Amino acid sequence: MSSLNQTFKRLDNFGHSLSAASYCKYPKTPEEIYEVFQLAKKTGLTVSTRGAGRSYNDAALNGGGIILDMTGMDKILAWDPSTGVVRCEPGVTIEKLWQTILPDGWWPPVVSGTMATTMGGALSTNIHGKNNFLMGPFGEHVLEFTALLPTGAKITCSPQKNRDLFYSLISGLGLLGVFTSVALQMKKVYSGLLNVRAWPTRTLEEQLKSLLEAAPKYDYIVGWLDTITVGHGQIHAANYLNESQDLQPRKTLQVKYQTLPPRLFGVLPKSIMHYFMKPFVNNLGTFGINSAKYILSQRRHSFRQSHTAFNFYLDYIPNWERSYGRNGLIQHQSFLPKEPALQIWTEMLATAKRNGLPPYLGVTKRHRPDKFLLSHSVDGFSLALDFKVTDRNRSRLSAMLTEFDQMVIKAGGRFYFAKNSETSSQTTLAFLGQETVEKFKKMKKRCDPNGLLESDLYRRIFE
Amino acid sequence: MFGAMINSRFDKNLEADVPESQNVIPRATPLKPSLKAIIVGASGGIGSAIVRRLAAEGYILALIDYSDGPLKSLCNEINKTHGENRAIPFKHNVTEYKKVPDLFRKVVADIGGLDLFIYVAGAIYFPALDEFNFDEDHKMVEVNLLGPMAWMSQVAPVFQSMQGGQIVGVSSVAGDRGRVSNPGYNSSKAGFTNYLEALRNRLTRHGVNVITIKPGMVKTQMLNLPGAPEPMLAVTPEQAADGILKAIKKRKQVVYISGLWRWVMLVLTNIPSVIFRRLNF
Repeated sequence: MSSLNQTFKRLDNFGHSLSAASYCKYPKTPEEIYEVFQLAKKTGLTVSTRGAGRSYNDAALNGGGIILDMTGMDKILAWDPSTGVVRCEPGVTIEKLWQTILPDGWWPPVVSGTMATTMGGALSTNIHGKNNFLMGPFGEHVLEFTALLPTGAKITCSPQKNRDLFYSLISGLGLLGVFTSVALQMKKVYSGLLNVRAWPTRTLEEQLKSLLEAAPKYDYIVGWLDTITVGHGQIHAANYLNESQDLQPRKTLQVKYQTLPPRLFGVLPKSIMHYFMKPFVNNLGTFGINSAKYILSQRRHSFRQSHTAFNFYLDYIPNWERSYGRNGLIQHQSFLPKEPALQIWTEMLATAKRNGLPPYLGVTKRHRPDKFLLSHSVDGFSLALDFKVTDRNRSRLSAMLTEFDQMVIKAGGRFYFAKNSETSSQTTLAFLGQETVEKFKKMKKRCDPNGLLESDLYRRIFE
Repeated sequence: MFGAMINSRFDKNLEADVPESQNVIPRATPLKPSLKAIIVGASGGIGSAIVRRLAAEGYILALIDYSDGPLKSLCNEINKTHGENRAIPFKHNVTEYKKVPDLFRKVVADIGGLDLFIYVAGAIYFPALDEFNFDEDHKMVEVNLLGPMAWMSQVAPVFQSMQGGQIVGVSSVAGDRGRVSNPGYNSSKAGFTNYLEALRNRLTRHGVNVITIKPGMVKTQMLNLPGAPEPMLAVTPEQAADGILKAIKKRKQVVYISGLWRWVMLVLTNIPSVIFRRLNF
């Protein structure tokens, strides 16, 4: 099996905080995916799917096993500008998707903070955007998908057909089957621009109140939280433009108009920016940057911004995650119901400060629940915190995040499997509930009786 | 004698033999990262000393050896000391070359990857000065040369493809020169040393480091065997393990243990044949 040995590659996660080496396979067709299942069966190895590798944890890692890299299946199979229905392969990225549909006046109803995400990854983790409170997760805009199960069965699912599989495979973390195509309903837009309103918030309470009260008036809303001087923050809320508001829709809907500028201030190539950011990614540097940002955010103002600039915050500076250094970063995102959110997060941020382990970025969003099996959403808010990992802070950070997890669970909160890297199987059981976990395991037995589909994430949260 | 082995993943006996809990290695997370290592010949004198050192460094270990008992007790000791599963035992005779590819794949899957491969199994017999014993020579070549070739033929392409990793071969100063006392052992170790050098020349360009360890005398059970020489410049297995760990950390290439042997062997390898063939060691 020497040829298998020669496919062994080291892969890492989005935050560069963890890597694992696997035998990599690059299927182009469903038949080739099936061949990999056969190979796995013969060799006793497990298989995990991987798209763009944009999760912050081990969702797309399978140390010592096989990785099915789906980025080769990246064809848009059909696009109908009259209905806004697109059918594509799982390796298509959000970037390719919006570039295909925007000139015709459509935009993906739900996008992540980076446009590198693939359809397969978006479905498996059921991603959300800054409009989760309004549009729900990615999965709610799926009209139909086809998938290949490890048994060899080809299934077609929609909210009407194979309903239980539909609501399990979407959010199923790639552990039940491999998506082979998906049909999605896009959203009609009349401009390449959004009306954005920005205002400051002085306390966490004010920020959560803003999110709650302003959300119904906007299409998108997101909060930035200064996690060093806790409480300082800024809200960005945006609305789509209607037909009469954009005088040059033909121009703003062009891909070229949307493309993020490659240079900062017209001179500095953004590809090298992360080297300049590195000296600031520490307690003191972040204090400086955050304070400056807060001062600049004092002005309440409205402006117009392209869809890409508003949505793809994480792509604005390429390789920004490299600025966190050799050991990378991890993200802890907790979802809490409206009532306990303020108290729990205040306590969490105070604990982080007391331990000398402040997060360097805090992002808040408004959410609503959904019907998917492994759902991470609640009727409330989420707070995402980025922590720098160093050789010295690992064990203290680990203990602190365990404490955070306990606080969140006690308050009836949830976690997101594309982000948290330390959530244990006990924590998972506690927030998903015995019934959901049993249901998922039963579904796994049914779709994957030989247990071929496994990832490091699976072994962490379900074993 | 030291390194044989017996089982592959498909062997039901092995699976039944190992308690379930011993087989599950917790996966690394960003806050609990771990390096992964395979040690062939893990329960021997030098092997077990390296295993204890690596476990203390936080490595996840696959321990491979031909005899079950010492292997399991070593595993239990490691896992107990560190309060978590850091080692899994695999029973395997290194002369069963055909079983290596399947076992290797199983081991890598079970420990979740591979960063370090150590071959420390070895066989030695001490013939009398006028004795020639092909069976014993054959055994030494099998364990000291063919065994590592079988394993490293699996490890090398994996590391080459991964563009990283370290291979450590525990050869011997005995491979530096053919002596009257042990032609079979000398040639098996000379072959191993040469193989490691060739491997190094192939793999360095792919980011893989290959270390040749050349111990002189180490106070293991080897020195208690019939016909064994009197200890000279001997070190304890723990000292040897420290030397090997240091070589790994510093990504060295050829390391004598103890370091004094480098100079001893420099002299020995430069003694002209006309004199050397008249000497009695």
